[in-house]
Amino acid sequence: MSAHRVSYTLESTLETVNSAEEVASRMAADAGFGEEDIMKIGMAVREAAVNAVLHGNAYDPGKKVALDVERTPRDLVIVIRDQGKGLEVDKIPDPLAPENLMKTSGRGIFLIRSFMDEVEIHPSPTGTEIKLIKHVHGNPGDGKEASQ
Amino acid sequence: MTMKTSTRQVDGVTIVDLSGRITLGEGSVILRDTVKDLLSKGNKKILLNLGDVNYIDSSGIGELVSAFTTTKNQGGELKLLNLTKKVHDLLQITKLYTVFDVKDDEAAAVKAFS
Repeated sequence: MSAHRVSYTLESTLETVNSAEEVASRMAADAGFGEEDIMKIGMAVREAAVNAVLHGNAYDPGKKVALDVERTPRDLVIVIRDQGKGLEVDKIPDPLAPENLMKTSGRGIFLIRSFMDEVEIHPSPTGTEIKLIKHVHGNPGDGKEASQ
Repeated sequence: MTMKTSTRQVDGVTIVDLSGRITLGEGSVILRDTVKDLLSKGNKKILLNLGDVNYIDSSGIGELVSAFTTTKNQGGELKLLNLTKKVHDLLQITKLYTVFDVKDDEAAAVKAFS
């Protein structure tokens, strides 16, 4: 049995990062994505969850991470919201720039953008919402419907 | 989900066989501690065998970069062996593939250490 939409409110912990990845990977598999795309979707969601837990909520037990995963006929849409101060997207350095290549962090958003078809980041003073979209059509598994 | 490591010595080179996932949390910490421990004991020729590592996140990538830099700064060498396709692709898109010395044959990799 697979759902078309699932929503979770998660704690600001490392377990949330793993859970978000698992949920997204399972929904991606149900949507008929191939193994490589499932890995990419799972990793993108994992990186977004890391940002939410570490950089957004800063492990604050009073702050939650909201995760919504929705499967439409055309897309898999994942939304992750934190309750932090708002990601300063413009200040994230390019991890591919020669001077940043050997840095030990700062690749999360880059990987998310690399692995998803569409990425929207909406920062606000009360938190950051990141929307990740992967198109179902155009994949080897296109047309494969999940069992209801 | 967890990562496991075991080390062995071949012709003066310490080969670290890793398996599992190198991700934020335990996996990254195990890698960091393993390399730190080797360097503290004077083992400065380190070959990370990633043949059984099928998943690395950005934290794990950062940990590989850190291990490479730390080893180099202490006068050592760190090379990577047997990348899976997923890890290979990840290092390609992050432009780190050419930064690391990547090998696909253990004997040749051991000989490549100066």
